[in-house]
Amino acid sequence: MLTIATGNKAVADAVKDAVPAIVAAYPITPQTEIVEQIANYVASGQLASKYIPVESEHSAMAACIGASATGARAFTATSSHGLVYMCEMLHWAVGARLPIVMANANRALGPGWNIWAEHTDSLSMRDTGWLQVYVGSVQEAYDATLMAFRIAEHNDVLLPVMVNLDGFALTHITQSLETVDPGDFIPPMHLPHAIDTGRPAGYGTLTAPGDYYRFRWDIERSMRNAVSVIEETQDEFGKRFGRTYGMTEEYRCADAEVVVVAMGTLGKEVEIAVDILRGQGVKAGSMRLRWFRPFPDLDLAGKEVVVIDRDYSFGFGGIVAHAIASKYDVPIFSVIAGLGGQEVTYDDIAGFVRDRRPGDEYWFGVDA
Amino acid sequence: MANIPQEEYIFKTTSACAGCSSSLCLRHILKAAGPDSVLVVPACCTSVIQGIYPNTAFNIPVYNVAFAAAAAVASGMSTALRAAGRKTNVICYAGDGGTVDIGIQALSGALERGTDFLYICYDNEAYSNTGMQRSGGTPLGAATTTTPGGKTEGKKDLDLIVEAHDPPYMATACSAYPIDLYKKVEKALSIEGPTFIHILAPCPPGWRYPADKTVEMGKLAVRTGMWILYEREHGQLSISGPSKNAMRKPLPIEEYLEKQGRFKNIDQRSITVLQQQVERHMARIAREAEGIC
Ligand SMILES: Cc1ncc(C[n+]2csc(CCOP(=O)(O)OP(=O)(O)O)c2C)c(N)n1
Ligand code: SF4
Ligand SMILES: [Mg+2]
Repeated sequence: MLTIATGNKAVADAVKDAVPAIVAAYPITPQTEIVEQIANYVASGQLASKYIPVESEHSAMAACIGASATGARAFTATSSHGLVYMCEMLHWAVGARLPIVMANANRALGPGWNIWAEHTDSLSMRDTGWLQVYVGSVQEAYDATLMAFRIAEHNDVLLPVMVNLDGFALTHITQSLETVDPGDFIPPMHLPHAIDTGRPAGYGTLTAPGDYYRFRWDIERSMRNAVSVIEETQDEFGKRFGRTYGMTEEYRCADAEVVVVAMGTLGKEVEIAVDILRGQGVKAGSMRLRWFRPFPDLDLAGKEVVVIDRDYSFGFGGIVAHAIASKYDVPIFSVIAGLGGQEVTYDDIAGFVRDRRPGDEYWFGVDA
Repeated sequence: MANIPQEEYIFKTTSACAGCSSSLCLRHILKAAGPDSVLVVPACCTSVIQGIYPNTAFNIPVYNVAFAAAAAVASGMSTALRAAGRKTNVICYAGDGGTVDIGIQALSGALERGTDFLYICYDNEAYSNTGMQRSGGTPLGAATTTTPGGKTEGKKDLDLIVEAHDPPYMATACSAYPIDLYKKVEKALSIEGPTFIHILAPCPPGWRYPADKTVEMGKLAVRTGMWILYEREHGQLSISGPSKNAMRKPLPIEEYLEKQGRFKNIDQRSITVLQQQVERHMARIAREAEGIC
């Protein structure tokens, strides 16, 4: 069905179409509309889920864990302070191998209070073992959320998935949205280790050094499996519903001499900047990173790279830039831009590329 | 005793200390609950005594969770089970630290939301698992590893906090009265909605008394009025048998305090405060039982 919707509404609609057994969530700007919309769908009978209005995000994730452990599909949504408040339980969900799906409206962290887009919230949860996808449009928010359930619940994965969308820049903007009838695209959830009182077992018992690492390795093995499960799911989605996605979204990259890497809505802005640059004779391309965990293989050989990080790891650098630097031997110009909703236009981005200084880091707006 | 099932859900291979009363309580709780039950356990002694993977001494599904998370995990679990049409008992078994301190928010939320579960706090009045540090449940004057000179504040009144949520059933119990506990668990599980039991569970290494005195310590707590056994069903309070007797002529609290190393250095002023608190508490419970509050 073709409609127009905000990014938040698109996520809520995808949840409605995936029909989790429970949704446990706590409101926070700019995610609030997701939980309000879901609560409305439940109240009006359009969605046969149980909505658990928990008293905190720590409990939101805990309730999702409890539900998921019984083999039930579980969803939550949060943002920023809510996400980092959950941190302990994010690790728990991974160790317990529970395919929970969560939407995170990317937002800066206080103080000072700032409700606008930044990726430091989710990137600071990078090492929890959650799969992370970053979307750039309303349609993609819907599609990625729907696919997240199938990917998370796949027997070769059984890990939670976080769908990230930029606060306000995507959660609150309106674009066209085509929803689908997923049919059997999302099979019923089957959790092999679901709690079964007929087969009593201890979950999460003390685990000694001789065994613990095996569970960790198992998580990593599933993370590696996840790449092919993601690709297969995205291909199948394309076949059924006509929209195709990759681990990255590339634009005019093939013959590009300089490639701009960014995530989320800034990644979309880059495409416009690329057109401007091409018009000025600069052979630029855009590589929007969609999946950050598992981290995709990028084809950057022989190219110069400009990375725009809407995040920062203090005392170290841009998180995406350093992820790329650690994997690829390419000249990188690291731009830190868009923090806390700082406005970055496509003209600004074109400027970053024209004035690039490979090997350097540049904080947009800071005279250094 | 005759009605208590023979089935054991906790084997003798637990790594609990000699004289551990909380594991004894759990044995009776699980007998009352039966096999269609899931235990949700936050970080505490009970997470440790199950044993080390791949072994477990518990013959019931046990879901171990983070310290603050038990009631919220149970909330999600119970909601999902009920939505799937399953009646499985969801029982949290948490220490005093996991209840009155770090877990209080999750507990309050789950009670307020009307979660269909039984929350049991076994109160050994300290963080025993991490080596007997003070908790909000530690009583005035008790020495712990973080209050070496004795705690200068009183015990947080968990029951008043829970009562404020008006659950359909709440009770206190004590490890020295296993049949009373057994019956309370049975009743709690027969009632829909959030139910709560607060068990005083003496801990030999924490309280510093010989392991063979565990039952005596629980009985003294009740006989001195330091611990009152009661249940409150739909707002109606009734004092349980052992406390009814004890409250007629309670023993002086010194009889309880002087048998425990943790109170070795308690001063007279603290004893007086404790005695006054005990009297006020007994009077309040008695008034409520008589319906005059
Ligand atoms: C978030 C967090 N903080 C601290 C700990 C360390 N810790 C584990 S158990 C425990 C004390 C538990 O005390 P209580 O709930 O009274 O149970 P008991 O050990 O007495 O059985 C502490 C502090 C932890 N596991 N998680
Ligand atoms: S420390 Fe206390 S509560 Fe913990 S196992 Fe030993 S006796 Fe039981
Ligand atoms: Mg304790």
